[in-house]
Amino acid sequence: MNSIPAPTIEYGTLAPLLVVFAAAVIGVLVEAFAPRYLRKAIHVPLTLLSLLGAFALVLVQVLRGRVSTTASAMGAVAVDGPALFIWGVILVLSFVCVLLINDEGHFVASAAAVPGSADEEEAESMSGGVGHTEVYPLVLFAVGGMLLFPASHDLLTMFVALEVMSLPLYLLCGLARRRRLLSQEASMKYFLLGAFSSAFFLYGTAMVYGYAGTVSLPGINQALAVGASLDPLLMIGLALLGVGLLFKIGAAPFQAWKPDVYQGAPTPITALMASGTLVAAVGAVLRVFWVGLGNLDWNWRPVIWVVAALTMVVGSVLAITQTEIKRMLAYSSIAHAGFLLVGVMATFATPEQNAVSLKAVLFYLAVYGFTTVGAFAIVTLVRDPGGEAGHLSRWAGLGKRAPVLAGVFAFFLLAFAGIPLTSGFFGKYAVFAAALNSGTQPGDSMGGWMAGLVVVGVVASAVAAFFYVRVIVLMFFSEPAADGPAIAVPTAGTVAVIALALLVTVGVGLYPESVLGVADDAASSLFIR
Amino acid sequence: MSPWLPILMAVPVVGAIVVALLPKGSDKLAKQVTLLVSLLVLVLTGVVAAGFKPNGDRFQFVAEYNWIPSFGVKFGVGVDGVALVLIALSAVLVPIVVLASWHDADGVKSADGTVIAPKRSVKTYFSLLLVLETMMIGVFAATDIFLFYVFFEAMLIPMYFMIGSYGGAQRSYAAVKFLLYSLFGGLLMLVAVIGLYFVAGKNTFMFPQLIGVIQDPAMQKWLFAGFFIAFAIKAPLWPVHTWLPDAAAQAPAGAAVLLVGVLDKVGTFGMLRFCLELFPEAAKAFTMPIVVLAVISIIYGAIVAIGQNDMKRLIAYTSISHFGFIVLGVFAMSDVAQSGAALYMVNHGFATGALFLAAGFLIARRGSPYIEDYGGVQKVAPMLAGFFLVAGLAGLSLPGLSSFVSEFMVMIGTYSTEAHGSGALTAAAVVSAVAVILAAVYILWMVQRVLNGPTAEPVKAFKDLNAREIWVLAPLVALIIGFGFFPKPLLDVINPSVQETLTNVKVPVSTIAEKGTGQ
Repeated sequence: MNSIPAPTIEYGTLAPLLVVFAAAVIGVLVEAFAPRYLRKAIHVPLTLLSLLGAFALVLVQVLRGRVSTTASAMGAVAVDGPALFIWGVILVLSFVCVLLINDEGHFVASAAAVPGSADEEEAESMSGGVGHTEVYPLVLFAVGGMLLFPASHDLLTMFVALEVMSLPLYLLCGLARRRRLLSQEASMKYFLLGAFSSAFFLYGTAMVYGYAGTVSLPGINQALAVGASLDPLLMIGLALLGVGLLFKIGAAPFQAWKPDVYQGAPTPITALMASGTLVAAVGAVLRVFWVGLGNLDWNWRPVIWVVAALTMVVGSVLAITQTEIKRMLAYSSIAHAGFLLVGVMATFATPEQNAVSLKAVLFYLAVYGFTTVGAFAIVTLVRDPGGEAGHLSRWAGLGKRAPVLAGVFAFFLLAFAGIPLTSGFFGKYAVFAAALNSGTQPGDSMGGWMAGLVVVGVVASAVAAFFYVRVIVLMFFSEPAADGPAIAVPTAGTVAVIALALLVTVGVGLYPESVLGVADDAASSLFIR
Repeated sequence: MSPWLPILMAVPVVGAIVVALLPKGSDKLAKQVTLLVSLLVLVLTGVVAAGFKPNGDRFQFVAEYNWIPSFGVKFGVGVDGVALVLIALSAVLVPIVVLASWHDADGVKSADGTVIAPKRSVKTYFSLLLVLETMMIGVFAATDIFLFYVFFEAMLIPMYFMIGSYGGAQRSYAAVKFLLYSLFGGLLMLVAVIGLYFVAGKNTFMFPQLIGVIQDPAMQKWLFAGFFIAFAIKAPLWPVHTWLPDAAAQAPAGAAVLLVGVLDKVGTFGMLRFCLELFPEAAKAFTMPIVVLAVISIIYGAIVAIGQNDMKRLIAYTSISHFGFIVLGVFAMSDVAQSGAALYMVNHGFATGALFLAAGFLIARRGSPYIEDYGGVQKVAPMLAGFFLVAGLAGLSLPGLSSFVSEFMVMIGTYSTEAHGSGALTAAAVVSAVAVILAAVYILWMVQRVLNGPTAEPVKAFKDLNAREIWVLAPLVALIIGFGFFPKPLLDVINPSVQETLTNVKVPVSTIAEKGTGQ
């Protein structure tokens, strides 16, 4: 009689993931059973400690040198060097985002509150302790999804991770306390488009399964090595998978959701999406294209070339016309997704060289994430009576009213623009260098096109510099308006977030080896195949 | 390993931090600290210059530290003759600019009480100035091309804020234009820098190890173009010069001096060192188009300068003309012309610096940059008028003043060069000689309208130079006259390094150098 074998689960390896999900479940129970006035007091330490604990568990794995070399959980999850690096980055970023979320006043008391209704009035007027505490478990679920997404070793797990990550985010986007209509619109748009892209991803998975007979990424790669590479099933499946993944990182032509969602969502959630989600999604893109489709790179690289070039150009050019700070940062995030894709394209024939490209992308992700969180943290502090002062004209003369705040924000903008002696410069340098290097390899299918892409990239950077600089001009070279926005007194949490972001941006800008070394260790083992 | 250059670079930035951290209301202290720091840098530069052996190794005071091993980047510094004189130029100009800008951020009111410039943060201005000094020294001292690039781009930021926060009415337009032009060029150069690293395949950015490594002529041309466009924008060469008149006219006089006097020299310095030595074949192939652009710059800058009414714009256009001469000298590929070009970089810094500052003092008194608002300054403020006249004459390269030597060397070197075997460079020298006449027109006509004639009503209230202002202009004029008669100390330092460059470009070194130094 055949007994069904119990699956082996490497609990130690998967511990960071499990801690986050467990905390999320406990959070839901707290919502159900704890009295309302206690909830926040339980949620905040629970959330922060679980993220910290998960980060510690990641560190333990790295420091003990026990980075696994085979896939865990019956080949469903790959906790390899790059995955651990991405986990570490996501956990730290989400930790600081929770510090921002923790600030009062960003979230509506009830998600269902109709804008302008009596319910909303009532919720607004109720005294303390009625904050929207479901936010915490929702964030934890989203973070859990972000951790699983780039570590998935087969397409089905990846799909589940995608949904676990996205569903809470759809809801969180609609919870902004002020400008409710905008927030609900953002939530709706994100949900509809996101669901659409998930469907693409799932359909693509089915097609690829039809071709390869497996959903496991290495399995697909092996099938590619022996099978016909122009099979329609494969082509269609590849295209659909690509749409699903590129939607998540906001690459053109799938970028349309980003400005609306970033603008409408509560700013701490925007910060989480712009940093954590982007890191997770780029990790997943890397894993699918490098591990799953590694043997097909002559086929997808030209496509990604076009997407990367288009993304950089669209992001940089459209950002110029924006008048809202969060929309502008959203377009900036689109442009950065394009720069990251340049790094994704830098593939080589040998693992050692691939490790260098991987290091570049990981480094970029880490430094970009911190700068982004810092920038959005500052956005939360510049306030009008009706909420954050989003319109750029309101930022005029901020340099005179709040020189330190404006100075730090200007520094973040310069880092986005990639000015030397900021972390952003070295990120850009790393991916451009990797791309140029791959183009100069003899026999590379893209050859001089890689140099062309890098030129497109630097031109886009120059265009992008224009709108970053425009904000600096507004803040420092314009006279302040008479009824300018108020600068909220930052809480200790927000100060900590900005200080950390500044520290990383300056520190890595002066001595990039600190993070490069870690990224190098993480990338040297490459992905588990 | 010599610690001198890292110390030289560290002193101003430490000073900048100190100045920035001074408590509120200590504006006067901030100025004094800045002046002291900049004088200390001048002394340290003097020590380095005294220890420099003109006929020793090409790069001296060399120091190398690992900076970013993952990228193969070193913190590598060292100076050759040309770099040394440009560092010295920066070190001389900064204390002068500090003195000249003493009241720039205090807010300026004209005689009739209208606010010309509102009160701005004094501490920020002077700490930006010191940060800029570190970067100016760094960019000339860097022997690692990546480090050079970092300073090349990073130095835009302090200058951007100095123009944008402390400049004239159109300051934010000018600052953004300046930044975007330079950034665009710089990013193209970044591609070339990365390309150089991988094509050379040496895992290093150290300049001495990369000389002569790139052999493929087509690759040389691409990389040359990446570097050259950045330097041409910086220098600036026609037709990418349009940012300079705006930036220089809107910048406060002190910042304009550093912008035109030092920052733009990075462009011509980069052409001389990097474009020629790393890509000699490409440099030779592109010589003719570049010479044509240089000649156009020379003539165009001079003609447009004649038509200017704004003094600072006029000086900026004369600089475009002068930069044309420098580029012409660099690409004439003869040792006399290149030594002349290197010397021109220094002399132009002094001459244009003096002219900008003297014009700045006039503008501070009258509140207007327009020539038509002046007249008869000679009678009211003879000392100011005298300095203005001498600075102007240096701008038109009057014999006996320093610019004459360099301009003459560039022209004679270009005229007699045999590097191309054709008469084209000879023709270029002849055509550019026309600019000598045009220079006389733009300078003398400005001098005549400002200094002579009936004294305009608002000018009558002018006070002559005070002690601080004399201390600003006197050293510059002394240097202009001194090096006009005795350029040998500079040429002794410059010549060996230029000859090294030409050897790397594989151009025979002639003996006219001796005649040149005999000037």
